[in-house]
Amino acid sequence: MISSILIKNGRLIDPAGSFDRPADVLIKGGLISEVAGPGQIEQAGADNVFNAEGMIVCPGFIDLHCHLREPGQEDKESIKTGSEAAANGGFTTICCMPNTLPPIDTAAAVSYINSIAARDSAIRVLPIGCITKNRKGEELAPLYELAEAGVAGFSDDGSPVADSSLMLRAMLYAGPLGLPIIDHCEDLSLSRGGLMNEGDLANILGLPGIPAAAEEIMVARDILLAKSTGIHIHLAHISTRGSVEMVRFAKRNGIKVTAEVTPHHLTLTENAVAGYNTNAKVNPPLRSDDDVQSLIDGLTDGTIDVISTDHAPHTAAEKEQEFALAPAGISGFEPALASLLSLVHRGKIEMAKLIGALTFAPAGILNGRYGKLGAITPGWIADVTVFDPGREWRVEIGGFISRGKNTPLNGMTLKGKVMLTISRGDVVYRLNSK
Amino acid sequence: MEPTIVLNREDIRRTLGRMAHEIIETNKDLLKIIMIGMRTRGVPMANRLAANIKAFENAQIPVGVLDFSLYRDDLGSRDLQPVVKSTSIPSGIDGKIIILVDDVLFTGRSSRAAMDALIDLGRPSAIKLAVLVDRGHRELPIRADYVGKNIPSARDEEVQVKLTETDGLDEVSIYKKIESGK
Amino acid sequence: MKENYPQDMHQPETISWHRKHLLDIDDFSISEYDLVIKTAGVMGGILSRPIKKVPALRGRTIATLFYEPSTRTRSSFELAAKYLSADVVNLAASSSSITKGESLIDTLHTLEAMGVEIIIMRHPLAGACHLAARHAKSSIINAGDGGHAHPTQALLDMYTILKHKPAIAGLNIVILGDSRHSRVARSNIWGLTAMGASVTLCGPRSLLPIGLTPRHPLYSKIKLETDILRALEGADVVMALRMQKERQAAGLIPDIREYVSQFRLTSDRLAVAKPDALVMHPGPVNEDIEISFEVASGSQSLITEQVSNGLAVRMAVLYLISGGSKE
Repeated sequence: MISSILIKNGRLIDPAGSFDRPADVLIKGGLISEVAGPGQIEQAGADNVFNAEGMIVCPGFIDLHCHLREPGQEDKESIKTGSEAAANGGFTTICCMPNTLPPIDTAAAVSYINSIAARDSAIRVLPIGCITKNRKGEELAPLYELAEAGVAGFSDDGSPVADSSLMLRAMLYAGPLGLPIIDHCEDLSLSRGGLMNEGDLANILGLPGIPAAAEEIMVARDILLAKSTGIHIHLAHISTRGSVEMVRFAKRNGIKVTAEVTPHHLTLTENAVAGYNTNAKVNPPLRSDDDVQSLIDGLTDGTIDVISTDHAPHTAAEKEQEFALAPAGISGFEPALASLLSLVHRGKIEMAKLIGALTFAPAGILNGRYGKLGAITPGWIADVTVFDPGREWRVEIGGFISRGKNTPLNGMTLKGKVMLTISRGDVVYRLNSK
Repeated sequence: MEPTIVLNREDIRRTLGRMAHEIIETNKDLLKIIMIGMRTRGVPMANRLAANIKAFENAQIPVGVLDFSLYRDDLGSRDLQPVVKSTSIPSGIDGKIIILVDDVLFTGRSSRAAMDALIDLGRPSAIKLAVLVDRGHRELPIRADYVGKNIPSARDEEVQVKLTETDGLDEVSIYKKIESGK
Repeated sequence: MKENYPQDMHQPETISWHRKHLLDIDDFSISEYDLVIKTAGVMGGILSRPIKKVPALRGRTIATLFYEPSTRTRSSFELAAKYLSADVVNLAASSSSITKGESLIDTLHTLEAMGVEIIIMRHPLAGACHLAARHAKSSIINAGDGGHAHPTQALLDMYTILKHKPAIAGLNIVILGDSRHSRVARSNIWGLTAMGASVTLCGPRSLLPIGLTPRHPLYSKIKLETDILRALEGADVVMALRMQKERQAAGLIPDIREYVSQFRLTSDRLAVAKPDALVMHPGPVNEDIEISFEVASGSQSLITEQVSNGLAVRMAVLYLISGGSKE
């Protein structure tokens, strides 16, 4: 039963094709069937018609970095609830990190994720495999086996690969596979005990700080390893000016490095932690105004390639603890688009650039392994998101689909709402009209 | 409603003079007396009584100040505590005759609190109470030894004492209270 | 909310106090400092009487909840409460009960269910009292939360200085030791600069605050100095902090011996301060480490007086907290 959907009267923004103008899109058989000027596609030929007047139509968002907590920590989230929350947020492809219990370091574990996702998720869920066995940072995991089982990339995220010789071996060994190796850049000896960004507020609150150097030292190391091996490395959630500047330098010198930034690092500073707000406790920590500005600049000039949510749900009880004891992480799927759009509304970044970082760019890092994603082109997979950029709504964690209600944005009124999410030609989310 | 002036400046002067004479008359050993003014208006009143006694008998009676806020029986049942001010008594009170001085005697609760405060400071041989105005309506078994003027009053009336040292003029007036909208 | 006093007693001037909790000192107004100091003065008078008791908090129940051992501060609060005729219960939860998962919030609710109205809390983690306050119906008084704040210590230090100097404004105050990790230092910095003093933090660089920028609200009022003689020159007050042995264990300084040789407050070093400079220490003093035995027992030392002042200040704080308007 293959139904067709016509999305009409919207503004189609497809950064892959530098396309930004009013257009209608016809979806049929799970693929993009036709793209044409407004009113030019025969409405009668479609089973469903969606009026996207005043809205933006773009490829479905691709998140290279999130945490779904299944297996092992299902009170925080499951593949079912996480994927549904992601669909609400306009995401049609999400890559889940392997720091589950047990971690995803064997083919069996990868199959487990794949089968649960097939059963429970309406959108595409791609597992990321560990770089090292058990994420312990000591021995390489069976990277070829993981690749065959279908991982989208490798990462020990949550932890860095601290031993440089091990990271070097991982890059050499897995390089030929063409899958992104994603490093969580943190020098544990410098960050040890730290709870927030090192700076004025940490001094005022009496909390030990995490210096920028803790991230930057690892960024430098990874860039130099990428330089010497010629193998691509992808830097997870960078957060400091120094990191941005080093990535910019690396790219100028032809080094194969890509970088990712989260919505919270683009829009919030360390001040969100004031009053010991554990909902703003995240790793890497929220940083200074100057760091935030450098991340926005980095995204604008292409130094930073993609935006990933690093969706990290935790239970309310865990977050309602003494600041030092609360786990780090922000539940990001549902408010992501709206918080990012604040940058567009404030003139800090162009809409097309933002959408590109959520669609075309991450698809590029996935290397076409999952079919033609990240663009709205006839013949390509019909992953489409439609959103109303001006629509105001209030972030209410009580209404979150995600089990993780841990966001510093609770209670805020934001502008920008996903109205329709289509995954592989099926509607997986639609905002109920009031 | 317009307040009625019950005692004017001259009345107060004469009354304090008469009270001083009464104190002299009823205390054989003036040197055993310490006058202690209850904050706030009892303090200038005690000073004036002591000055009168000095003028009449050439006896210098020491004067102290008592803050009894910490002994109030309504602490904790109100949301705002009183500002505590200092208590200062010129010497030990053991074996002395204390004359507590206050402007108005009403229910007797302030006097009770003041006596409790005094007893925590030592063991006087006697405590006597001198008040400028007794307006009745006692809720505790307390009586004044020296009374300036008895002013019968209704419960919904307010008796207000003003003294130059604290209020800029000497006057005792009575008026009906308007229901406070605070 | 009953604002008016009954008309059957003299209407008192009521306190202008609007804090339900005492978590922090960094937003105190000058009038709040004044009120605490004036009230502490009256309470100090009570401490010099034969009967050191007033019925002001009779029938009120106060609990001390200490997750860090401390005989001195705990007994100071306990006695303060008892001198005000309150009933006191002491809970000494060990640090291990934090990790065992007996949540702070549960303990709070348990105490409140038993009628406790004021909880005096000390905890090894910064922000613990803020967490408690979010869930508390009772009033929370911070007796020290990790490296963040120790408000009553700063208040008693301020009160002590004012017993010996006409004003804090214009004073040159040196805090000597590990100010990076010290809640006593943090709270004192807020209090003393608010009253117009300038503060110099002196110690090895690894034990001075890291990461301060000119955007810190007190940036212009504090100086960091690693040379003790330069720091002490012309000082009006020297506050020495306790040197924790854990700092050596954490590798922040090579050893205590070296710290002592560079930063111990000796008579020679004290001599470059003003001749009437005050010497203070929050206690307990590590014998002959932060301060030489000579200086600690010398004529400029106010260390013992700080203890009795602490009692008066804590009585004042309990009195004010028990009866402010709860905003």
